[in-house]
Amino acid sequence: MAGRIKPITAVAIIFFLASAVLPLFVASWATLFALILAKGIVVLGIVLLLQAGQVSFGHAMFFATGAYTAAFWGKYIGGGDILIFVALGGITSTVFGLIVGLFVVRYREIFFGMLNLAFSMVLWSLLEKMFHYTNGADGIRVARPGLFGFSFTPETFQYVILYVSLLVAIAAFYGVQRYLDSPLGHMLRAMKSNETRLEYLGMSARRVLLIGYVISAFLGGIGGTLVSIIQQIATPEFGFWTKSGEFVFIAILGGGAHAFGAFAGAAMFECVRFYAAAHLADSWQLILGVVLIVIILYAPNGLIGLRQRYGQSRRGGH
Amino acid sequence: MNSTLAILAVLDGISYAALVFLVSVGLSLIFGVLRVVNVAHGSLYAFGAYLAATFSLVIAQVSPWLTYPALLVASIVIGVVCGGFIERFLLRPLYGRDDVLQLLITFAAFMIMDNLQRLIWGVQPIFAAEPLKLLPNISVFGVNYTSYQVILLPGVAVATLFGLRYFLRKTLAGAVILAVTEDREASTAIGIDAQRVYSITFIIGASLAALGGALASPTTSLVPGMGADMIVLSFAVAATAGLGQIEGTALTALMIGLTRAFVIYLQPEFEVLVPYLLMVLVLLVRPFGLFGAVQVRKI
Amino acid sequence: MLCCLKAALAAVIAIATLTDAALAQTKPQEIKIGITTFLSGPASVFGVPAKAAAEMIAEDLNKKGGIGGVPVKLSFIDEGAGGEALVSNYRRMVQDEKVDATFASISSGSCNQLVPVAEDLKVMNFMWDCGAASILETKKYRYNFRTQANGTPEMLAVLVYLLKTKPDFKTIAVVNQDYAWGRESWEIFSTALKAMKPDVQVVAELFPKFGAPDYSTEVSRLLALRPDVVLTTSWGGDLDTLVRQAGQRGLLQQSTFVLGIGESSIQRLGKDLPEGLIVGARGDHWFLHPEKKNDPAFKAFAEAFKAKTGAWPIYPVYHMAQAFTALQTVYDKAIKANGGNWPTREQVVDATSGTEFATGFGRPITLRPEDNQGLEAQLVGVTKSFPGYDFKLLDNMMIFDPKVITNPAGVRSVEWLKTLKPEFVKMDVPTFKQ
Repeated sequence: MAGRIKPITAVAIIFFLASAVLPLFVASWATLFALILAKGIVVLGIVLLLQAGQVSFGHAMFFATGAYTAAFWGKYIGGGDILIFVALGGITSTVFGLIVGLFVVRYREIFFGMLNLAFSMVLWSLLEKMFHYTNGADGIRVARPGLFGFSFTPETFQYVILYVSLLVAIAAFYGVQRYLDSPLGHMLRAMKSNETRLEYLGMSARRVLLIGYVISAFLGGIGGTLVSIIQQIATPEFGFWTKSGEFVFIAILGGGAHAFGAFAGAAMFECVRFYAAAHLADSWQLILGVVLIVIILYAPNGLIGLRQRYGQSRRGGH
Repeated sequence: MNSTLAILAVLDGISYAALVFLVSVGLSLIFGVLRVVNVAHGSLYAFGAYLAATFSLVIAQVSPWLTYPALLVASIVIGVVCGGFIERFLLRPLYGRDDVLQLLITFAAFMIMDNLQRLIWGVQPIFAAEPLKLLPNISVFGVNYTSYQVILLPGVAVATLFGLRYFLRKTLAGAVILAVTEDREASTAIGIDAQRVYSITFIIGASLAALGGALASPTTSLVPGMGADMIVLSFAVAATAGLGQIEGTALTALMIGLTRAFVIYLQPEFEVLVPYLLMVLVLLVRPFGLFGAVQVRKI
Repeated sequence: MLCCLKAALAAVIAIATLTDAALAQTKPQEIKIGITTFLSGPASVFGVPAKAAAEMIAEDLNKKGGIGGVPVKLSFIDEGAGGEALVSNYRRMVQDEKVDATFASISSGSCNQLVPVAEDLKVMNFMWDCGAASILETKKYRYNFRTQANGTPEMLAVLVYLLKTKPDFKTIAVVNQDYAWGRESWEIFSTALKAMKPDVQVVAELFPKFGAPDYSTEVSRLLALRPDVVLTTSWGGDLDTLVRQAGQRGLLQQSTFVLGIGESSIQRLGKDLPEGLIVGARGDHWFLHPEKKNDPAFKAFAEAFKAKTGAWPIYPVYHMAQAFTALQTVYDKAIKANGGNWPTREQVVDATSGTEFATGFGRPITLRPEDNQGLEAQLVGVTKSFPGYDFKLLDNMMIFDPKVITNPAGVRSVEWLKTLKPEFVKMDVPTFKQ
């Protein structure tokens, strides 16, 4: 491994380079790529939990936490800076993730998914109903923040947020890779195959999962903050169950086996939705649904898996 | 709140609970046997409602009383056609694979059905109130209720509850379903076709969702997106009860229906929050649900 | 790193500005219009008819030679696809397709998202249907105009109609959808009511979830409370469900119902809508408009629309027509001001401020120069059966002068409504029989 770049890492590097360069030629791609990167960060969190064999159907709650952190700052304090927003979004979602995590890591599989869903639906109904604080279903506008005290024109800003998202995405991608390769990450993976053995080794499975869960909540929050800045709005929809479903969808689409799957999936998902909504406004959901079915039935390891399968067959594997 | 209002709230709660029960029990049944959380359940509910409305708008011109059988026929058609399709072509290839994939493929089915519904029935609200109008109103403390909502719906729900109990506990087909649920390998060994049991259960569950939709169709406008709300509500009910618990689902639906009605009378702002808050509280204390037992499957 | 970034950005911006400048002034092949409308979700009850209207109007316009001799070309975005897809598609439409103007949007939520984007991208945008008054009250925009009224005159007209026709009511209840329009319309209505008739008691404020399938419990509660008046500003499937459930159980007969924007539901509700309900129309929109119904162009439009879609036009159809007429008017004005030459985008925007335009389907509309808010007359009527129609028509219609019932520019709606006096109701308003 050392001294040689794995093909998947090469693909990841090409992807990040492409998202840095391509939008310079097509202006509207700046926002598209920024969204892909920001959502990819959230999905990284899902991929992380997938390593432990757990699926959260309520992860949108952290996404919404991050987004509303930025929104509340704008509404009650005013002004703001991208870095402050991202940092605060990360902090609030980490704290929230820790609180929820203490409850949910006691459960596995469907019960884990269900309890996450339950928590996220409570948050969603609160955001929707606390009209006087949250503006209800319409959400709160997020005014364009500055960066390092500079403020930007709209044309410049879309690139600023793109490159901020890119840097955060690269950091998150690298960080998650390192985490998964670390002893803690191996323990997380061990949970999927044999949790009991983990306990025999003297590790607390709950603690291992809790660490993974909090990191994943942190990533969800950061991604949510970025999306709210890109969209300039935070709405309760950010925390609805369909949003959580979408994140899991993207993770499976990209492939849960590798951190890069998060970005591959997000790119595919956003592009299909973007172009389908533009050209086939009546049937974009249908198209996404069919894409998902095809992936699940014929390429269960996602887009990443496709490449690996191709690579294996070329090397004369099975 | 005086006793008059309390009685009104109870009536409202019961009629709401009846509909919620019908949809949730199908979800619960499917999970109990197939171990699949069917996200497309809400879409089956919506399709049932739309097809029932289509049928009853046509048949009402012959005789309005024929709309009742039309509701039933519509739900069976949806259960067999859509339910059968989802089970045969989407779920069957995935049995034995990751739970997540099974769940996600029903999510894909949900997206597709949501879209198809718009393409088939359009976006304008559809309303077919014939069955509701045929039955007289009844007056309780000077407040009018439709007997469709306070008598017929709860009646169907109770009949479904006891029908399912009887079917599972007293008939051979029911015994076979229970056997497969308890131990798939052993039952396959003694010659039970587990694949077929899965199909039949899924179709029954799907028909129940469609029946819920069909029965709701006379009381509500059918609009795009009606399925997405129903799925999470019925999921909350089924999970609070304990997935796979039929009687438990009935009691939980009643509990949520009544709480919701009282909340609307007393603190309407908290209406949406009720089922989810209840779900969190129950799952925190009893992750297997109010009526679920650890590791023991019971349907 | 940061300095490289800045250099790169500067280069990009320079290229972008250059191409923009090079494109200006030549007479284009076509005028591209980007329209956001609901093609999915509950609000598609407005969006789909409006889209049909846009296609019909554009076709007709192009047959007549287009705008200033240039044909128009439409592209649509679905507001129902969610905020992310909406904003990114809007940007794509403006930046890649280079549309000349946009009509956005139906929902105030979408307007709130897109208005700042339009301002950022310097593209002329007509808010063709969204009603939240606050959007134009909080900030002065250059590129955004509202080619129709907003919630304040719309609700005030309905309230004045109620006070004129049923002056003695004592109690009122409200059942509105739980989102901005439902909340905001009640705030407007109740503030004005408190100012003009302080003795009225509000007995229930119900805000069921947007898209709620069942109002049985709300109906029971209202039946027990017996309010004199029930207000609802709901629309689409929600309003249909509420009216039908209330009608079935006798609530419509027990209380006077006020349907704030009920004009769009009348045809669908058919026989289920009884007589005697007060109905607003978000403007002077009615397919049998008392001042226009004998006008051949008005009749021809309504009949062509009915032939195309199977239903008579509803208010979003007329709102769409307003956006088109406004666009045509300002282009003509800008061409004239530019000595007959094709105007630049900025010249068109300059020409828009303060424009008056008339679709011929209702009274003329003025875009107030101070805040770009459209001044649009309001029609309110009461339901009544007439032979030849299988749904109710409006009778005893009043058409309100927008200058009287719209808050002055620079004064926020709620502040202005608080200053209204009981005498305000005594204004002179013409009444029309069907």
